[in-house]
Amino acid sequence: MRAVLAGAVGVVLLAVVPLGLSSYQLGLLTKMLIFALFAMSLNLILGYAGLPSLGHAAYFGVGAYTVGLLAVKVVDNFWLDFGAGLLAAGVTSALFGLLALRARGAYLLMITLALAQVLWGIAFGWRWLTGGDDGLPGVPRPGAGLPWSLGGGLAFYYFVLLVFLGLTLALWVVVRSPFGRALVGIRESERRMEVLGYDTWRYKYVAFVLAGVVAGASGNLFVYYNGFVSPAYLSIVFSAMALIMVILGGAGTLLGPALGGAVIVLLENVISAHTERWLTVLGLIYVLVTLFAPAGIMGFVRARLRGRLA
Amino acid sequence: MTFWAIQTLNGVSFGMLLFLLAAGLSLIFGLMKILNLAHGSYYLLGAYVALSVTAATGSFLVAAAAGTAAVVGLGIVMERVFLRRLPHDELPQALLTFGFLLIVGDVSLAIWGGTPQTLPKPALFEASLRFGPLVFPSYRLFVIGVGAVVGLALWLLQERTRLGAMLRAAIDDADIARATGINVSLLSTGVFAFGAGLAALGGIIGGPLLGVYPGADFEILLLAFVVVIVGGLGSLKGAFVGGLLVGLLDNFGKALFPQLALFTIFAPMAIILAVRPSGLFGAR
Amino acid sequence: MSALSVETLSHDFGGLRALDTVGFNVAEGERLVILGPNGAGKTTLFNLITGLLRPTAGRITLFDRDITRLAPHRRARLGLGRTFQVTTLFPRLTVLDSVLLAVQGADRARFTLHRPRSAFPRLFARAERLLEAWSLVERRDVPTRELSYGEQRQLELVLALAAGPRVLLLDEPTAGLSPAETTAVARMIGRFPRDVTILLIEHDMDVALELAERLIVLHDGRIVASGPRDEIKRDPRVAEIYLGIDEA
Repeated sequence: MRAVLAGAVGVVLLAVVPLGLSSYQLGLLTKMLIFALFAMSLNLILGYAGLPSLGHAAYFGVGAYTVGLLAVKVVDNFWLDFGAGLLAAGVTSALFGLLALRARGAYLLMITLALAQVLWGIAFGWRWLTGGDDGLPGVPRPGAGLPWSLGGGLAFYYFVLLVFLGLTLALWVVVRSPFGRALVGIRESERRMEVLGYDTWRYKYVAFVLAGVVAGASGNLFVYYNGFVSPAYLSIVFSAMALIMVILGGAGTLLGPALGGAVIVLLENVISAHTERWLTVLGLIYVLVTLFAPAGIMGFVRARLRGRLA
Repeated sequence: MTFWAIQTLNGVSFGMLLFLLAAGLSLIFGLMKILNLAHGSYYLLGAYVALSVTAATGSFLVAAAAGTAAVVGLGIVMERVFLRRLPHDELPQALLTFGFLLIVGDVSLAIWGGTPQTLPKPALFEASLRFGPLVFPSYRLFVIGVGAVVGLALWLLQERTRLGAMLRAAIDDADIARATGINVSLLSTGVFAFGAGLAALGGIIGGPLLGVYPGADFEILLLAFVVVIVGGLGSLKGAFVGGLLVGLLDNFGKALFPQLALFTIFAPMAIILAVRPSGLFGAR
Repeated sequence: MSALSVETLSHDFGGLRALDTVGFNVAEGERLVILGPNGAGKTTLFNLITGLLRPTAGRITLFDRDITRLAPHRRARLGLGRTFQVTTLFPRLTVLDSVLLAVQGADRARFTLHRPRSAFPRLFARAERLLEAWSLVERRDVPTRELSYGEQRQLELVLALAAGPRVLLLDEPTAGLSPAETTAVARMIGRFPRDVTILLIEHDMDVALELAERLIVLHDGRIVASGPRDEIKRDPRVAEIYLGIDEA
């Protein structure tokens, strides 16, 4: 009950605070929501099912490119483009999942990375389609056929917020379902789950595809946000950022990764304004978090709470 | 005919470089179960340090030694000071090494700049050799030679020496090995440093062929992964065969079907995953 | 029809023959104990029966159904349960959560993803009953990794029972336990429902002889002796195998 109340307060804050922000701050908050969603999608397979993926940006980027290419080159119809983006991301994760899930542990890390890099190579190499390294500019804000335009900062923010809340709710339902609980069991001991009658591959596969679709949604949002898509959206750096967002926030908790996502976006923004060495800082965050805070922010908070209550 | 011969040579020499990297990666994983993502950094840093030392001294040999030493030092620090503090869990360990990959890559960019550079070949191998209608750069033959010698040396080490026996025992069961008096801790640091050295060597002798530039660490890391996926993680034979296979496929792919981008290495990787997920020579 | 039947089962690990043409039947409700020194092939036998390994040769049938090629989870759904020699539990999950998962595994709702688990009170009811029956109610909110080793071994048994198996394979349930804990676990197994068939790997002769109705002795991958308890108790070969090991 306390969690639901906190959630309601959070929603209200997210709805009301933007009214008092500058357009720059609003843009930043929008970006934080988008990456919070991206991180939560990875959390489903990493935090809950225990499947480490170094190539999650693949589905983010596929969603973004599909929306971008359709909107610029074919037809600027929000429902079609967004839907196609989700479908493309889902198909990609369905395909990649068949290959990647034949592996575990270190192999899984390598394979997910390699698969994402193949896509990156295509985006980079097929200039005629994607514009190569220069990227694809000119993606318009979504025209959803609504009486209001989604082009302005505030309207776009509420659009992103709506998608974020909707998908977070969906993730919340999945995580609390028997399916979601089984994922956690698989993470803790797949062998035990097998002899208890669970077809563990099916669970992992469905989680993988769901995570891919949600990542695709966040990629869709990001291409609308930037008006631009480039191979960077498929890169190992983006996959790595998603990974550290999950770990920093707290893998296996619903909102921890969202928090981690927001923190990393904020940090990147602040640090990139003062130095070009953002990647060095990101690397340092990796080293420090794995050494000193492996359970992330949520883990730290929970330990403190348990200490207080004990 | 000439085309095929030259492309095969190029593919084999590239494959040898990949072998050097994959061997180090495999050795480290085989003994310590650590997926060392910083392996790409070792490659890059070795090349960059050699670049600076060559510019300062003009000697390829001194530069190679300096590059290798610098990277081995980094490897020792990473293993002893950082990796030791982590629990024996695959993901945190891999993430830590990934942090180093990012740091070394970015710091290298800051120090050496973003312009792609090439390591000058040692004077001894600047010429090309003629075999009838075929003209081979002697440097590529040198690279193949180095790869073959290292491969042979590693095999002998693993199969014929006491050190190799200790290594195999420790890989099999570290606790029992420790109980029989094998210093697993020292062995771990040694293997890590050695793997780093191999990667640095790869970067140094690869420098004249592939160039030295930001992002080379990611690129070579990806290829090393594909080699290890195809050949099997933890297997020296797998690293060698996988290296040659991927080197040839990548090279022929780029030469014959440049539009297919990374598909030429993706295809065999996908096939192996579908048919034999632990790689050609991997343990199951 | 026997509950479980194993025919000419063999398994090779590379060049090593771990199990050599092993064959036996287990009647429904029977308590069969598998004895043998370390390395005799007992756990390999269990791994083959539960599907974690594929045999090199031979057949396994469960209630006359050929399960030799079935995946582990399918065998579990046909009524095969198992505990492991090395405790295989969910370290970070509480006792209650663990039992709930075990109960869920045998339930139609196990793959539901659009409704919360709390919408299925029958899962919780069954879990509560199990906790009460096996005196775990007080420890229900304790994470598994904070339980004592003895409690973990008990939880392992409860999880295997929770899925409602018809045939239960217990792999050295008393391994590593103190004498008092061993007695508790032995008593627990003695209380298992009579219609459940039990195969038990035991290293401890006393526990084995107490729980067994019939015994099979494995040595170097082969069956060297088989028969009712009293017969095996008096068999000199069995004593030789065990005394030989003790003296070595």
